[in-house]
Amino acid sequence: MTRPETTLSASELLQLYAGMLLIREAEKRLSGLFTDGEIPGFIHLSIGQEAVPIGIAAALQPGDTLASNHRGHGHAIAKGLDLSRFFLEILGRREGYCGGRGGSMHVADMSVGMLGANGIVGAGVPIAVGSALAHKLRKNGNIATVFFGDGALAEGVLHESFNLAALWRLPVLFICENNGWSEFSPASRQIAAEVSGLAGAFGIGMETVDGNDVVAVRAAALAAVGRIRDGNGPFLIECKTTRIRGHFEGDPQKYRDATDLEAAGRKDPIKRVEAKLREMGVSEPDIIAAADTAARRVDEAIAIGRAGTSPIPSETLADVYSKVAEARP
Amino acid sequence: MTEIRFGQAVNRALADAMAQDAAVVLLGEDVAAAGGPFGVTRGLLDRFGPERVRDTPISEAAIVGTAVGAAMSGLRPVVEIMFMDFVTLAMDALVNQAAKARFMFGGQVSVPIVVRMPHGGGINAGPQHSQCLEAWLAHVPGLKVVCPSNVADAYALLRAAIDDDDPVIVIENKALYASKGDLPEPKPSASIGHARIARPGQDVTIVTYGAMVTVALAAAAALEQEGINAEVIDLRSLQPWDEIAVMESLSRTHRMVVCHEAVEAFGAGAEIVARLADIGFDELDGPLVRVGAPFMPPPFAKTLEDWFRPNSARVIAAVKRAIG
Repeated sequence: MTRPETTLSASELLQLYAGMLLIREAEKRLSGLFTDGEIPGFIHLSIGQEAVPIGIAAALQPGDTLASNHRGHGHAIAKGLDLSRFFLEILGRREGYCGGRGGSMHVADMSVGMLGANGIVGAGVPIAVGSALAHKLRKNGNIATVFFGDGALAEGVLHESFNLAALWRLPVLFICENNGWSEFSPASRQIAAEVSGLAGAFGIGMETVDGNDVVAVRAAALAAVGRIRDGNGPFLIECKTTRIRGHFEGDPQKYRDATDLEAAGRKDPIKRVEAKLREMGVSEPDIIAAADTAARRVDEAIAIGRAGTSPIPSETLADVYSKVAEARP
Repeated sequence: MTEIRFGQAVNRALADAMAQDAAVVLLGEDVAAAGGPFGVTRGLLDRFGPERVRDTPISEAAIVGTAVGAAMSGLRPVVEIMFMDFVTLAMDALVNQAAKARFMFGGQVSVPIVVRMPHGGGINAGPQHSQCLEAWLAHVPGLKVVCPSNVADAYALLRAAIDDDDPVIVIENKALYASKGDLPEPKPSASIGHARIARPGQDVTIVTYGAMVTVALAAAAALEQEGINAEVIDLRSLQPWDEIAVMESLSRTHRMVVCHEAVEAFGAGAEIVARLADIGFDELDGPLVRVGAPFMPPPFAKTLEDWFRPNSARVIAAVKRAIG
């Protein structure tokens, strides 16, 4: 079915391409910084999945909220987070989004409605449902969105949240980034249900799209968001996508065979946009310029990130509560 | 002064907070149409409507998770967990989300939720409907935990909790719901983290909270007959707890007993005793003694439950050990 949303101009597609490149470049550099020991802990890359957040974000307004997950760099960048503060945080600096307390798994920016990446699988789902409840009661016309992987489908709270959102007809868009892997295990060993069956069980409308096709994701998002804003309750978009890297950086992916990994590489959503841009007559220098711009922006952000200062323990300790107990009368 | 029941004081606090701030909403199982399993939210649906007083499905994880998201987007949800035992199902939302959001996101956001939950035995509700699990929650940085012992505090502490920008757990002992007391006018206010002296005395300090305050006061009255004058401190808040008030009392009495209905091992009393053994070492003239339930799940049979729950006889025995 061709929808009006599927047609977009070369300059619009170039803009989506630029967003995807920014995520790809940021994550490639994060991988390098991690390998070099500049970033401690864990990082989970979404390389191969960039079309999903960029396609969805194209349908959102600034007041819409977004709950993310552990593989959340793309969601943050797509929602418009400041790239410098993003790198400052992941490099553990005081000037980062979270003052160096959260790192990669907790990047958040409330000023743009990004309610946080999340280290607990499925935990963002009820948070988005709650945010949608707030939007509905405050009648602000905004919607909530949440990105979760197919691994979250086996979490009980997701089922509870689907039920609640459907019962209360809340303005929430569920986005399942189905990459077929739950950490180190294939979906076939993780979940007996199909995403469509789960949504259908709760009467939630849904659509499955090729999550590596940014134009298709954007079209599905525009249709779903319009439907949700019109007061029709929750909707789910399943984006079939591809995780090219491991569960986390440093994961040798011994559980994946060579053909699977090779196939994943061939599905690269960025190469697909490039091909489409060429088809649409965008010049080679324009395509190269987009890549150069992304690389330059990431370079600048990393330079600012490295120049950040160390968090101060006393300041950190003082931020556990909004207000400590008042002085005794 | 009007004498009302503890449950009615909770109801008035909810109603007054909702009347004052449109962002306050109630979520919970059967809190709306049915008025709550203990009747605490009766009448609020009629007064404030179904948008703000919401019956939820039996989905504790989603209820509290939803409250967290709603709080991050401008509401001030007050959640009821029907029995404290069921908080196990909502622990991710409380411990990993609500408690950490402010800290973990660099102070960008607060999570002003209140989660009310009844604890304690006395109604033969058995092992999964009687537990006192407050120590778990008091152990989590980012949560506040209060536990009122009387009508005035049931009102005042709940209002303080709803006004607070941090997640606050309000624990109500279900044995207290039917108890009566005065709710003064103007309505009382409270500051979270401040204890009160429920009964002054010089010979020994009994530190307690919630329904055990009544038990401790009964013990103190009996001890007075024997010439022992006990001071009873009602903590009112467990996280933060009023270390200064306890230390001041110990400095006067030099002897201390801590009692709670929760099992003794690893309970709130363990923290209080450990802290006073440190900062109060020079003041001590006797052992720091705890009174709590034995280390077992709450039993059902009336005889067993009566035996399980700490009573004034056990408090009296503990005081005598502390005095030596």
